[in-house]
Amino acid sequence: MRDRRMMRGSIALAEGAVTAGCRYYFGYPITPQNEISERLAVRLPEVGGVFIQAESEIASINMVLGAAAAGARCMTSSSGPGISLMQEGLSFLAGSELPALVVNIMRIGPGLGGLAACQGDYWQATRGGGHGDYRLIVLAPNSVQEMHDLTIKAFQLADQYRNPAMILADAILGQMMEPVSLAPPEVEIPAKPWALTGAKGRSPQLIKSLYLADGDMEKHNWRMYEKYQRLQEAEVLVEQDLEEHMDLILVSFGSCSRMVNSAVNLARARGLKVGHIRPITLYPFPGGIIREISRRVGKVLTVEMNTGQMWDDVRLSVHPGCQCRLLARPGGGIPAPRQILSEIENFIKVGDIFAKSVR
Amino acid sequence: MQKVFARPATLLDKSFHFCSGCHHGIVHRLLCEMLDRFNLQEKAIGVPGVGCGVFLYDYIAVDVCEAPHGRAAAVATGIKRVMPEHFVFTYQGDGDLGAIGIAEVIHAANRGEKITVIFVNNAVYGMTGGQMAPTTLLGQRTTTSPAGRDWRNDGYPLRITEMLAPLDGVAFAARVSLHTPGHVKKARKALQRAFETQIEGRGFSFIELVSACPTNWYLTPQRAVEHIERQMLAVFPLGLYKDTAAAVAPVKEEAAHVLL
Repeated sequence: MRDRRMMRGSIALAEGAVTAGCRYYFGYPITPQNEISERLAVRLPEVGGVFIQAESEIASINMVLGAAAAGARCMTSSSGPGISLMQEGLSFLAGSELPALVVNIMRIGPGLGGLAACQGDYWQATRGGGHGDYRLIVLAPNSVQEMHDLTIKAFQLADQYRNPAMILADAILGQMMEPVSLAPPEVEIPAKPWALTGAKGRSPQLIKSLYLADGDMEKHNWRMYEKYQRLQEAEVLVEQDLEEHMDLILVSFGSCSRMVNSAVNLARARGLKVGHIRPITLYPFPGGIIREISRRVGKVLTVEMNTGQMWDDVRLSVHPGCQCRLLARPGGGIPAPRQILSEIENFIKVGDIFAKSVR
Repeated sequence: MQKVFARPATLLDKSFHFCSGCHHGIVHRLLCEMLDRFNLQEKAIGVPGVGCGVFLYDYIAVDVCEAPHGRAAAVATGIKRVMPEHFVFTYQGDGDLGAIGIAEVIHAANRGEKITVIFVNNAVYGMTGGQMAPTTLLGQRTTTSPAGRDWRNDGYPLRITEMLAPLDGVAFAARVSLHTPGHVKKARKALQRAFETQIEGRGFSFIELVSACPTNWYLTPQRAVEHIERQMLAVFPLGLYKDTAAAVAPVKEEAAHVLL
């Protein structure tokens, strides 16, 4: 029996981390994610863990690097400017093949931007974000339940693939309250024979990302690439709300997909034949599924709370000749279901004469 | 016949890549003597910063985790908090620790992290080819202070040990030098105290080793040790700056050198 209760998204995420066996948190205050830190500052000491408020996000991510190297499940969380400061460390985590969780409760950017919900960090998250040829595992919840469940999933994937993972959410998901069923604490943390635990009964071990000898880095990059290919093959998560015959499909992720769900219901009530694909893993991206469905539908409308970032991946994925259109609301704008509905009606009627529609 | 001198067991039998007259090799050896002395081969984790010391793992037979430039104290914090019974040390140069990593080392010190920070101060960026460091002396020529460091443009040499010693989390802080055999012996003794500080769990331990970089000082190895004696020590006074075990509190720099 799962423990069911009313909970805020940030709190459900923090509880998910504790359930997953995360005992080490390092972070620096920034709005709108402080509820995660504040919860873990209470919870981790209760379960024998360690909470450190670091002097910066740079220090936080490097403490995560150290704890991960020692074989522990560990995490940090931040938003916008803080995540930008962590990019060097994320690149080192990826290059050193260390598992850890980074939570980005997105705020508006660039710069100091604003505090409202936004999806402007899609590119940063899904392209790696820091220097070099690497990827993060990126999970995008759209409910308080998923804030909890995907946090546990992210730790599992990070360990399994020895790669940093990111939860990409926003202020809506962090702040809103919903009923949530808490996962039972059945933690299984895989053995980590590569971890630095002291050279007892074995040769000294090394965790590094520096390979200066000719050709070593190329080999390392290809080996990491093969890992990302395995992720693509095995770990794509997607929610599909489809009908047998559709004139149009929508693609959206995270909090934005909640508005799209409402718009789909409105559209169907008017007799329009529409479907909705929601990528849950943004990396690996469900490109194959979008390609397959767009082959028989022909019109794809992407809805995002930015100027069109996931739209890049959608356009790379769709079947050739498919019409693609974007409804974009950056800077804290939220696409209301009725706005999405009129976009759906327009697109079905007219086609993609205007590829982008803003406001 | 009795064996009186040998390579420490934790020091691998390899030739160093360091330039002639560089003191990193001495620091590596002293470090390994201490790892042996306290029987730490199976429980030590080293964290080298980015610089000439980054290849620590090529020479020392303990577990090693590379850190991004300047972040060794934060990485070491993460490791030590997961494994409080292990011995965790960083090995950093003046650019890594004194410039880009100054925030990480100050806050690790202030939290009283039970780690040992080995700070090799040779007043120049060695690995990148001789650029000005925060500890570069006034008037010292580097590739980025070609006319000599000028305080009007570049500020002053930064005295790190003096900055860290007063922090409440710091249990041990000393500055030593390696330019004569006598000073190497004193350095060994100070390093031993730094190790004991962590092993006894008393707090953050910090040792600064004033070292030569003849290549980037444009000096012969012999002239480089003379430069340490005549120029470096005037700016970076040697001494025991703090030892909570011996109740040594931070003292004024004029008096510090008499204590060690």
